[in-house]
Amino acid sequence: MTLAHRPGGHSAARRRALLGRATLTWPGLAYITAFMAVPVLLVLGFSFLTRGRFGGVVAPFTLDNFARAVEPVYLRIYAVSLLIAAATTALALLIGYPTAYAISRLPARWRTVALICIVLPFWTSFLIRTYAWILLLNSEGPVNRTLLEIGLIGAPLRLLYTPGAVIVGLLYAYLPLVVLPVYAALDRLDPLLREAAMNLGASRARTFWDITLPLTIPGALIGAIFVFVPSLGNFVVPELLGGGKTVMIGNLIRDQFLEARDWPFGAVLALMMIAVLLGAFAGQAAIARRINGTARA
Amino acid sequence: MTSMAATPLIRIRGVGKRYGSVTALADVSLDIHHNEFFALLGPSGCGKTTLLRAIAGFEDPDEGSITLTTGDTQPADAGEVDLLALPPNRRPVNLMFQSYALFPHMTVSANIAYGLEREGLARSEIARRVADVLVTVDLQDKASARPRQLSGGQRQRVALARAIVKRPKVLLLDEPLSALDRRVRADMQVELKRLQHEVGITFVVVTHDQEEAMSMADRIAVMEHGRISQIADPVTLYQRPVSAAVADFIGMSTIIPGQAAVDGFTALGERLPAAPSGVIGPALLVIRPEDVRLHADDPTDAAMGSLSGTVLATHFFGGTSTTTVTVAGLGRPVLATQIGPPAHRIGAVVRVGWPAERAIVLPDTP
Ligand SMILES: Nc1ncnc2c1ncn2[C@@H]1O[C@H](COP(=O)(O)OP(=O)(O)O)[C@@H](O)[C@H]1O
Ligand SMILES: [Mg+2]
Repeated sequence: MTLAHRPGGHSAARRRALLGRATLTWPGLAYITAFMAVPVLLVLGFSFLTRGRFGGVVAPFTLDNFARAVEPVYLRIYAVSLLIAAATTALALLIGYPTAYAISRLPARWRTVALICIVLPFWTSFLIRTYAWILLLNSEGPVNRTLLEIGLIGAPLRLLYTPGAVIVGLLYAYLPLVVLPVYAALDRLDPLLREAAMNLGASRARTFWDITLPLTIPGALIGAIFVFVPSLGNFVVPELLGGGKTVMIGNLIRDQFLEARDWPFGAVLALMMIAVLLGAFAGQAAIARRINGTARA
Repeated sequence: MTSMAATPLIRIRGVGKRYGSVTALADVSLDIHHNEFFALLGPSGCGKTTLLRAIAGFEDPDEGSITLTTGDTQPADAGEVDLLALPPNRRPVNLMFQSYALFPHMTVSANIAYGLEREGLARSEIARRVADVLVTVDLQDKASARPRQLSGGQRQRVALARAIVKRPKVLLLDEPLSALDRRVRADMQVELKRLQHEVGITFVVVTHDQEEAMSMADRIAVMEHGRISQIADPVTLYQRPVSAAVADFIGMSTIIPGQAAVDGFTALGERLPAAPSGVIGPALLVIRPEDVRLHADDPTDAAMGSLSGTVLATHFFGGTSTTTVTVAGLGRPVLATQIGPPAHRIGAVVRVGWPAERAIVLPDTP
């Protein structure tokens, strides 16, 4: 590269280009600053302060909130939350992946119809949909009645207000969030890769295990994060379908801000959630790089 | 058809394929012989890929048959397999995809080993054959790299290695060199040819580059709009094209529309040099640039024929030069190639002629 061709040689044009790009980027930057950076920084600041008498935070700097977060009573709640979120995520993948796969095999115009059906529930209120599960699962509800009628059970099962009901509610709420990214990954997958595998002697099943599944794992992990993280933080479903007996980390956070008025401790719990989210995305990105062969050796 | 040499390895008969209103293949029939380097040549969209995919099993033809001769060593067990009845993973043909279709989540050696693993070969055997083929394509040091870490030429060689390591009866290559730049492409043409000799596999190469087809193939099938126009060896194709379209596609040529009669060819109100052809009526005269002679305008030189024109441009390529001459009444200029530098200056008036026996007269069928 000669001196004459060094970057900056066309400085006027470059400056104009940079200016143009800045004009295009600043609304996005402003949005992210206002709605992400500022709240996260506030939460971070709160977590080192002392609770005010009527909510809010007051001056003395302290690490007590963090110490409190690892007390056994809270560790139990985290464990229950993680178990429920993990079970929900596993079930969502088990149901969502085959669903997405089936949709991706439909003729083009039916694919759109199927995808619309998948997101349709999002057009009604989350609360109403959760209440519907109370009707379905209670001891006189259609589920119990059907089971009684076909003689599978002798007495109504206690379905409502159990961890199982919470899982069902979360699964129902977030299942589309796994179907969509998996579908996108399947749709993006180069069909020639499958043909290449078959051309080399692989059966259809073999091709799925060797090519389709590994190459759509990054998409499935995105779906898993989309289900896992909001399941962990959800407080409506544990309350309504868990009957308040299943306390999850989301309920805990909500209580700190709205009932216990312990904002600093609530902030610590919220920070933990953010950490889980960031960790999950970092893990997903690392795995995706490995699979795609773009990782540095 | 009793001698082995006459039994084609692949026999394609009357194959047709339509996508809605688009006819991708129409009544395609051709034979591909053992150990042949066969090229499918034609402009983009003429159905080359569709034909390869039909052989590999990724498209179902609407009609026609594709069969493969088995037992090529023992005439006793020579039989024909209906390829169309086999699923893609059971066909003894390997396809090297135009875009290579390497598995991004596998290393180079895993990509190459994949087909051998599907055959259920022993691990040691697989390792040996992968190592061997890596040497053949000169990629020993890339065995554990991922496809994304390779250059275009290296990926192309991995794709080739992955296909030939299976030792298929037929290797189908879809525009194998089109993604490479000119210099690498020339090297790879030589390399492919050498490889074909070395591994003794029948190659069917698709290309839209006539020079590539001419330089590599034993025989070429020229395709147009889903149909085969002509199947011949490169020299015949060049010297005896069956249509002006084939002549135009294979090498450079000047095509002059006119009238053919028993006693010669007439165009622009002049009789032009042409050998007797048997064509009567509307006809096209095809003449190759290296056969065209240019002379300083001299009306007394009757042997040259009576066309004259003006030199429009000259190009000197070192060993040869090409002169472009506009002739009044002709839509396209006449090209003349000669050894050495151009002999006429731009703007000069010249006589244009050629030996009668070098002119090809073809019926002008629309
Ligand atoms: N899956 C398909 N659906 C519709 N049309 C197709 C399809 N595949 C090929 N075609 C059409 O068939 C014709 C031949 O295509 P192709 O075999 O890919 O040509 P080539 O390889 O010679 O460039 C083209 O007109 C192309 O648009
Ligand atoms: Mg093609």
